[in-house]
Amino acid sequence: MDATILLSLIQDGIVNGAIYALLAVALVLVFAVTRVILIPQGEFVALAALTLAQLQQGIPPGTAGLLVALGAVAFVLDLLRGGSRAPRRLARRALIDLAIPIALFELTRRVAPLQLGPVAEIALTFLLVAPMGPLIYRIAFEPLADASILVLLIAAVGVHLALTVLGLTFFGAEGFRAEPLLDFSLEFGGITIQAQQIVVIGASLLLMLGLYLFFERTLQGKALRAVAVNRTGARLVGIPIAASGQTAFALAAGIGAISGILIAPVTMLYYDSGFLIGLKGFVAAIIGGLGSYPLAVAGALGVGLVQSFAAFWTSTFMEVVVFMLVIPVLMLRSFRAGPVEEE
Amino acid sequence: MDRRAIVAIAALAFLIVPMLPFVPEFWVVLLDYAGIAALVALGLVLLTGVGGMTSFGQAAFVGMGAYTSGVLTAHYGVSPWLALPVALAVTGLGALILGAVTVRLSGHYLPLGTIAWGISAFYVFGNLQLFGGHDGVTDIPPLSLGSFKLIGVRPYWTVVWVAVALGVISTQNLLHSRVGRAVRALRQGAVAAESFGVEISRTKLMVFVFAALPAGLAGWLYAHFQRSLGASAFGLGAGIFYLLMAVVGGAGQIYGALLGAGIVTVLRDVLQDWLPHIFGQVGNYEDIAFGILLIAILQIARGGVWPLLARLMPRLPSRPVTVSGERLAPAPRVARGGDLLALSEVHKHFGGLAAVNGVSFAVGASEIVALIGPNGAGKSTLFNAVTGVVPASGGDISFAGAPISALSPQTIARRGIARTFQHVKLIPDLSVIENVALGAHIRGSAGIVRAILGLDRAEERHLFAEATAQLARVGLVAEMNRLAGELALGQMRLVEIARALCLDPAMLLLDEPAAGLRHLEKQALAELLRGLRADGMSILVVEHDMDFVMGLADRIVVLDFGEKIAEGAPATIRAHPAVIEAYLGGIA
Repeated sequence: MDATILLSLIQDGIVNGAIYALLAVALVLVFAVTRVILIPQGEFVALAALTLAQLQQGIPPGTAGLLVALGAVAFVLDLLRGGSRAPRRLARRALIDLAIPIALFELTRRVAPLQLGPVAEIALTFLLVAPMGPLIYRIAFEPLADASILVLLIAAVGVHLALTVLGLTFFGAEGFRAEPLLDFSLEFGGITIQAQQIVVIGASLLLMLGLYLFFERTLQGKALRAVAVNRTGARLVGIPIAASGQTAFALAAGIGAISGILIAPVTMLYYDSGFLIGLKGFVAAIIGGLGSYPLAVAGALGVGLVQSFAAFWTSTFMEVVVFMLVIPVLMLRSFRAGPVEEE
Repeated sequence: MDRRAIVAIAALAFLIVPMLPFVPEFWVVLLDYAGIAALVALGLVLLTGVGGMTSFGQAAFVGMGAYTSGVLTAHYGVSPWLALPVALAVTGLGALILGAVTVRLSGHYLPLGTIAWGISAFYVFGNLQLFGGHDGVTDIPPLSLGSFKLIGVRPYWTVVWVAVALGVISTQNLLHSRVGRAVRALRQGAVAAESFGVEISRTKLMVFVFAALPAGLAGWLYAHFQRSLGASAFGLGAGIFYLLMAVVGGAGQIYGALLGAGIVTVLRDVLQDWLPHIFGQVGNYEDIAFGILLIAILQIARGGVWPLLARLMPRLPSRPVTVSGERLAPAPRVARGGDLLALSEVHKHFGGLAAVNGVSFAVGASEIVALIGPNGAGKSTLFNAVTGVVPASGGDISFAGAPISALSPQTIARRGIARTFQHVKLIPDLSVIENVALGAHIRGSAGIVRAILGLDRAEERHLFAEATAQLARVGLVAEMNRLAGELALGQMRLVEIARALCLDPAMLLLDEPAAGLRHLEKQALAELLRGLRADGMSILVVEHDMDFVMGLADRIVVLDFGEKIAEGAPATIRAHPAVIEAYLGGIA
């Protein structure tokens, strides 16, 4: 292996690592606030990437319809589960669950063929994918809020199963690749750096800075941290737990959407590509013990690098190498903890 | 007609039905596949529903069994019947290795670990040249009996469902055995089980391997039914489906596994037929339905479908425990002078907090010592240090002259110390008598093989006779077939005492035994403890009820803020100024 290959492998590793880092942060966040191990995190990435690609081609993406469907299901379930039917609340729910998704659907249908350019397309992609987070939380997880972590995990696998194949329904089995935001490359002493790679890294750093400020400086961010530390205590001081769960899922879906927008031009993505991408975010989050943001980010860079080197040496067993990475880490963590009983 | 006869007739009918020509072949095929899947789900019931270890990776074990037999028979001409033990051995060994690295994972890390090797298994099966690479293994010979080849769905039915029946019987035998009670304690009573000598990690590993074996058997059946193998049948997706079956049927129920496998297999086939017409293109659209089904089951009926059905059916008489047999022989007690339990300068720190700070005292043979003190004085912490549940940070604890401070709870139990817990730690969905029998765990020896083959019945009779006798001692023999979770708190405490007595201890540690008891029950308890003392047992008791303590204890040790502030006879303690200060806050 010569220096050029080495450097380009490292470069690939860092770019992938940046995406895994974003996902790992989202996973840690969701787990801390809701105890849900968000297996479908990667689906948001794939949905966003495919949405962006279709918008660029001038096709109204299927995610708009999915959003309307999710909103309607959430609205109906809310009524069935005995949510208050006071007129004001009902109107508010109808606005959020029905009117806004339908408005977005109409907007998408009219705007998509115009091909308004990258900024509008990216904004629309984000608006279509991010609201799915809180809707999915309300449909699938809120009624299970008191269940054990394992039950929540199994439910998360159910959401993953349904969401992946919904992706297939809307986007079909063929792969998509979006146009890069900045289409040029730089030369540094023999290595080529694509501008899109810099965009990925830069945007990841910015997003993480934004999250840091959100958690450190805003009341809502602090409330989420309080829920993460002690649910009962947070409830006692008046922090609504269900709303915190929705916020956490909104952030996770939003981060997933941004990750998808960022990598859509870097690799070819299919409806089911999100799962493996999300799971690698997991490996990173687990390295951080599902609790530490900086360790998760460090883990993500590690995963990105291991993957790019593994791909070079043994492309057939690349995934095996990456996922087996998790076993020694898990063991190390478990040996430190004593026996655990289910509460 | 008794239960066994009903089950036997139903089973026989089930084996004959598909032979009848008017039963459509379509349904026979489906139920062949359902039976194969049911074996995997059966293992999951044991692993996840009973043992509390969620696995998304069982499909990997199916793959191990299938590929071992497939390669041996198709490439090397080995007879499928000879390949069967090899397939099971390979699966067992694979489970032992994967289990050794994963079962120690705590809580939700375990299922995440199984996802990791579930994904890896797919790439390994799909890419290794040994397994035919992407083409997989083809031309696998069918099973045959003499010259009769078991080709076709009807003959295979018998093979599959005989295998399922064997799986059900051995799982049932295992659950109703000494080892099985330890397994059933894993999920909700691991700490208590440890205190009665159950090796938690070893029990988990054993369950893990035992749950993989039916999966390996299913793989063998699959290989010789399908007669060609591809990796996609053994990936993470398949693993998720097996877990789905267990959850849908009822993860804690043996028959739930069969029901779940049936429901999911049939539903899958029906949906696979219909959905592509609706969506107008080919795809695995049934997964949407299954994802929604999984979530709905968890939200609406977390226990699965089987318990709902079981409620509708006429109740077969359950298997009540009848006691016939000799009790276990008690260990010979060596009469010895001096102290049985001695604590010297024991410390326990939690971070900066000194929960126990340099406490020394001793308990003699045939003596009742009470440990009292305000809440937070460190009494329960001291108990945990003596029994090895939470090791002391410093100081010496010795029992019968030998140091025990560095020993595990299991070893300390074997030395003859039994305990109860301040927060009752019974296993709620086990019967009272089974909970008590868990106390006699180390006095039995039957292992998993004897349990599965049903060769442990004589020993079981002795264990249950012992448990019944101890239950009679605390006056609860009438409740023995009820579930422990149904009892009142006071009764639970008494059951814990019976369980502790089952260990045949030289020393009994009781943490607030009288809390929740009524006046007469307290008197009966005090009487029981005096009787035990007269038989030569030493007792250390933590209790808040002063009347109870003063009337019972030979000596009282008073703790406050982790330190011993007084020790002496009840009358002395009653008048001790430091004790009055600690309890009443001194004289203003």
